[in-house]
Amino acid sequence: MHVFETLRGRTRLRLRATPGDLAFEGLSTFIALAVVGLLVLITVILYLAAAESIRTYGLGFLSGSVWDSVSQRFGAAPFIYGMLVTSALALLLGVPVSLGIAIFLSELSPAWLRIPLTFIVELLAAVPSVVYGLWGIFILGPAMRVYIEPGVQAVLGFLPLFQGHPIGSDVFTAGVILAIMIIPTISAVSREALLAVPDSQREAALSLGATRWETTRLGVLRYARAGIFGAAILGLGRAVGETMAVTMTIGNRAAFFGSLFEPGQTIASQIASRWLDAVPPLELGALIQLGLVLMLVSLFINLFARLMVGRFLRVGEGAE
Amino acid sequence: MKFLFDRDTRRRWFDVIMSGATLLCVALALLPLGSILFEALVRGAPALTPTFLTQSSLMGGIANAIQGTVILIGLTALVALPVGILTGIYLSEYGKHRLGGIVRLFVDVMTQTPSIVVGIFAYSFIFELSLLGFFPPPLVFSVISAVIALATIMIPIVARTSEEALRLVPTSAREAALALGIPRYRTILRVVLPSCASALVTGALLGIARVGGETAPLIMTAAWNNDFFNGLDQPIAALPTQVYRFAVGPSLAENRAAWGASLILVLLMLSISIASRAVIRLRAVRR
Amino acid sequence: MDKISAWYGPKLAIQDISLDFEEHSVSGIIGPSGCGKSTLIRCLNRMHETIPKAKVEGQVLLDGQDIYDQPAVSVRRRIGMVFQKPNPFPTMSIYDNVAAGLRLNGVRERKKLDVAVLESLKQAALWDEVKDSLDKSGSSLSGGQQQRLCIARALAVRPEVLLMDEPCSALDPIATAKIEDLIFDLKKDYTLVIVTHNMQQAARVAETTAFMYLGKLIEVGRTRELFERPREALTESYITGRFG
Repeated sequence: MHVFETLRGRTRLRLRATPGDLAFEGLSTFIALAVVGLLVLITVILYLAAAESIRTYGLGFLSGSVWDSVSQRFGAAPFIYGMLVTSALALLLGVPVSLGIAIFLSELSPAWLRIPLTFIVELLAAVPSVVYGLWGIFILGPAMRVYIEPGVQAVLGFLPLFQGHPIGSDVFTAGVILAIMIIPTISAVSREALLAVPDSQREAALSLGATRWETTRLGVLRYARAGIFGAAILGLGRAVGETMAVTMTIGNRAAFFGSLFEPGQTIASQIASRWLDAVPPLELGALIQLGLVLMLVSLFINLFARLMVGRFLRVGEGAE
Repeated sequence: MKFLFDRDTRRRWFDVIMSGATLLCVALALLPLGSILFEALVRGAPALTPTFLTQSSLMGGIANAIQGTVILIGLTALVALPVGILTGIYLSEYGKHRLGGIVRLFVDVMTQTPSIVVGIFAYSFIFELSLLGFFPPPLVFSVISAVIALATIMIPIVARTSEEALRLVPTSAREAALALGIPRYRTILRVVLPSCASALVTGALLGIARVGGETAPLIMTAAWNNDFFNGLDQPIAALPTQVYRFAVGPSLAENRAAWGASLILVLLMLSISIASRAVIRLRAVRR
Repeated sequence: MDKISAWYGPKLAIQDISLDFEEHSVSGIIGPSGCGKSTLIRCLNRMHETIPKAKVEGQVLLDGQDIYDQPAVSVRRRIGMVFQKPNPFPTMSIYDNVAAGLRLNGVRERKKLDVAVLESLKQAALWDEVKDSLDKSGSSLSGGQQQRLCIARALAVRPEVLLMDEPCSALDPIATAKIEDLIFDLKKDYTLVIVTHNMQQAARVAETTAFMYLGKLIEVGRTRELFERPREALTESYITGRFG
């Protein structure tokens, strides 16, 4: 059996493809392409199902600010607004905490604490969204209403963002829960970024007489900037698609809100709360159109994140 | 006017404060986790009476929800595991060129698609096909519909974890087998796959854990069934939907039941998480 | 330094080394790889203890005071270091790299920084080459230039001593020659200690040379005497190339 062949001066392993080989390769290729086809199918089906609604509302759907089942006028603007505000809040609260965790675990923690702590932080990601929602309704919500929101109002109440009577089932609570839910994602990716920083950078800072924190700031954080930014964007991607926990804590009011202590609605929570009660003929289609918007938003965010994280982590990958 | 501390002392104090701040961040993250687990235990355990666990929701129990979750996970895994693993095999063994890159990109995009969008897809898929006469319209709320949604979520996850698992196997193992004359497909099936079996299992468990806790797609595909499983074309109960229904329900008894159901759910998720870690450690020890 | 011993975890790396360094001169430390010379020099600015499970015993006296009794941060400002592989901060400009140490110490005024950066780059013989591109990234320079940038960065905080751990081993001969010339100029203002695995380099630049082997100090003396009339047999074997 000629296992080796020399072609154009290079000797390679030449494999005579057995019929089994062809069949197997064909099968796995077919399945892989089918998966690709699945994503295409999702987009196509979504578009088809929303077609009528798209015809009716067109691009104005995105700026329409009313969602009225009775008059069958539907617009996505309040939910886009809600999504932006809750995500911004989630990032504002979640990124610093995640970064703190990542720094602690990669630079400051004693070795024996590292693995158990990492495991526990990851457990945050294992809790199902609906359980977060349950906890939000009965524990975080009341705590927000009674202690935290009045407290925030006492300090920041001069801003219109923090005015009004706190009710607990509001945008602020939803933002806080989202922040908690994206912490595992952001801290895990940030930690990888921090670990990828070569020791020589830390040494350079130390040799100039930097304290431990200054070494981290100068030598590590600056170097890992791109990776950390990518981690934050990945967290944003998760926050945007999060449904159950938000639906259960945001108050479900399909309108704009002026203060964080008012109820609101995101795209995902609107779809979830109206789906089973959708009024024909057009509301379901409008909800599907909303879903299409959400999918596009999520797609762009995640492609952007991948660009940032990939460019940074590829350096570390090559070292393997 | 002299400063109270000189610059160096101030820097050192700042250093200590910042170290404390990072520790505070860790505590801030662990607080909600602890609270959730604690409350689930304290509020949920009293609800776990034998009636609760063995009766269907017709009688106020969650047995049908537990059964539903098990059935859904089982059927989904049946579909998603082979498809996902084969895709992973393609990506790691045959997909080194541009087409492989495209497949990988699509799979990645799919892992990040919000689950509610997948739910809409499954619903719409069956609905559109029913318009063409393939299925009766009520099939949108059925086990089949739910499995389509859940499988769509699980397949890309399993594909990615399988690809990573297969990449762990050193090229030398493949080359050794090939040099012995073993055909490629047998190499993959008999040499490569078994040697990363524990990583594959971990990936599968990860997918199962993710899918078992999903609620949004189930609300729009599996809907709800007060009784036990009665047909693939019928709606079905599940633990996550049960938690949701109990949680937003008006009665206090239902609210308490929500904690019971979520305790079971959380225990299920945690045990899968821990099991997947145990699998890794078991294999590592055996080596 | 006096009776310095250092460990990596349970492993003893260098043992009972006592050595004096003359002010405003260049001292070299030579020896085969693994003899502990890098470990030794890292004990001089308290870098060794940053490695987990590392330990140091003994005293290092600077102007009569043991550096191990003072805060490490202050010590490292007075005893600077340049590493084997140039490690400028890639996200910072050339200017910011040099100014980094100063900014850490609270110098904020632009004018003061400008002056300091200018002087340090001149001292490192890099000014003419980069004066028009101070805002370019630190990593856009060649290897030799990067190393001189690191030297400038270390000099900017005006240390009393400059430690160099095989500063030229990653560089080509031309860059090496430039840095050796630089070392000759620097000794007017600073005390330098150089670790090198290249005996000829020590012979070229150092006034005093110490030879280490397997963690112990074998011999120390004026460079010429060490190389031409070594007292120890071991020293002679190393110098004549019988090992290492």
